Amino acid sequence: MSATTTAARTPTKPPGTLVLGLSRIGYETRLYFRSPDTVFFTFLFPFIMLGIFTAALGGGGNLGVNADGTGGVSVGAYYLPGMLAAGMLLSGVQNLAVDIAGEKSDGTLKRLGGTPLSPLGYFIGKIGQVFVTAILQAGLLLLVARFALGIDLPTSGDKWLVFAWVFLLGVITSAFVGIALSAVPRSGKSANAVVIPIVLILQFISGVYLQFGVLPDWMQNLASVFPLKWMAQGMRSVFLPENFAAAEQNGVWDLPWVAAALGIWLVVGLVLSLVTFRWIRRDA
Amino acid sequence: MVRAAPEWDSSVMTPPDPVVQVRDLHKSYGTVDAVRGVSFSITAGETFALLGPNGAGKSTTIEILEGYRDRTSGEVSVLGADPRHGGLEWKARLGIVLQTSGESGNVTVTEQLRHFAGFYPHPRDVDEVIDAAGLREKATTRISKLSGGQRRRVDVALGIIGRPEMLFLDEPTTGFDPEARHKFWDLIRGLKAEGTTILLTTHYLDEAAQLGDRAGIIAGGQLIDIGAIDEIGGAEARVPLVRWRDRNGILREERTRAPARLVADLVESTNGNEPDDLEVIRPSLEDVYLSLVRRSEADSAEGDAAASSDSSRVATSLLADRDVPA
Repeated sequence: MSATTTAARTPTKPPGTLVLGLSRIGYETRLYFRSPDTVFFTFLFPFIMLGIFTAALGGGGNLGVNADGTGGVSVGAYYLPGMLAAGMLLSGVQNLAVDIAGEKSDGTLKRLGGTPLSPLGYFIGKIGQVFVTAILQAGLLLLVARFALGIDLPTSGDKWLVFAWVFLLGVITSAFVGIALSAVPRSGKSANAVVIPIVLILQFISGVYLQFGVLPDWMQNLASVFPLKWMAQGMRSVFLPENFAAAEQNGVWDLPWVAAALGIWLVVGLVLSLVTFRWIRRDA
Repeated sequence: MVRAAPEWDSSVMTPPDPVVQVRDLHKSYGTVDAVRGVSFSITAGETFALLGPNGAGKSTTIEILEGYRDRTSGEVSVLGADPRHGGLEWKARLGIVLQTSGESGNVTVTEQLRHFAGFYPHPRDVDEVIDAAGLREKATTRISKLSGGQRRRVDVALGIIGRPEMLFLDEPTTGFDPEARHKFWDLIRGLKAEGTTILLTTHYLDEAAQLGDRAGIIAGGQLIDIGAIDEIGGAEARVPLVRWRDRNGILREERTRAPARLVADLVESTNGNEPDDLEVIRPSLEDVYLSLVRRSEADSAEGDAAASSDSSRVATSLLADRDVPA
């Protein structure tokens, strides 16, 4: 190196991946809330669906009432766990798959690929953004459920512990599946057309919009291959009374299977993310 | 020209290695050979202009140096590293202004620069860069609300925010108005004065002449000439042209190394009358460039009819016309 350059620039390592990743979280979150489409289709969607179900079906009385007229929950209370699960899926899978596919085609990734930001730092920013928005979304959904719809929330610590791990595991799994899925659309413009049908169909077959117990066996089995069914089941175990477990596929909440299914999808999503992610196609 | 060429004490240090070294670079896309055996080097502190028509292989070459593309064969070294394996510390020493950008831009100019500054160990001051890029009035405007030329200035600002040792500028001033282009030149001269090594591609030959120390002209994937900006094309291509209208109203022109004498003889031969439409033209880099590129195109067309249509297509200068074998 020449004398002038060494004098002017003492060689120092660029900031670490964790530091950059954390700075990306704030940046990504700000961008998320500045994009009206994203806010509507991933953040507000569960609120709108919960409102529609409550308004449309609320007049039909409680669901899951025992033969003697006791028990049962309101329509809003029944759909709340599904909407929480849908929010996790939307915040992770739909948000990141569409977002990253767009960043790939509009040149954002190419620009970042020329800077000392590592792919891991970029992932941390995206996943952190998913966590921030998913936590806000779930928190607001619970507030709306409690104070606008008058739904009783669990009081036992055990239930909230289950909520916490299902939420954390579900969100991080969704985030990696979203990063992996972002490799599929051929362009940013086609990303919505590729991603939204997948996410929508999953919501219909996984017990988010339709009661899981009334779906045919083959549809229940198909849904069991994908993570959303397990997120919704985990959330139902938190928010629905014990007697609702009988309506599940095996007549119980099956929490170990919830953990196992989400864990497997987490690993699959992580591996696919690492294998498929490129700043740009180098051989292009 | 004021250029802060890096100095070294030859008694204790060997001359610095070139910052960029390219030897016999080839790149094929399927059966298409985009780059066919390009070699050049750029020394520390130098500004090298890579010139050539669209599709000549400029961007492919620059993207190979930036680490974006793999090469088919040849040797490439940038800041002592093979761009194929350039790590984060290597990237921290580069500044890259890509040819195109189209981000959604839901951040303000200041937010974007501050964020990118955080990626680098020794970033420039964000406000200084905003001023230098002429973006002060737009500092708190979202990038999506900027005009094309203003967005391009943001691209340039992002390219220099990390205080790069090696700066790649791929057609940086596309969409700039003349005033913005002159400001940009001042900005680049400032970077040169700090010792930044620069690789520039541009279609504005005056820009290359203003900023470049040396230039390489690439056509059909091959380097057809390389040299100092004021020497490229050879001395012959730079012989001045004198043009005037003779007494019969016919436009005459003559190339001579002694234009003043020719003009004096002209005046004398007409008994002191002023010749009409007199011009003394020194070939600009653009003239030299056009004649080189067209000669190369004519060579590759190898005498078929394409040669003559090529020359009429790009004919903008009489001087260059004269160099083309008709």
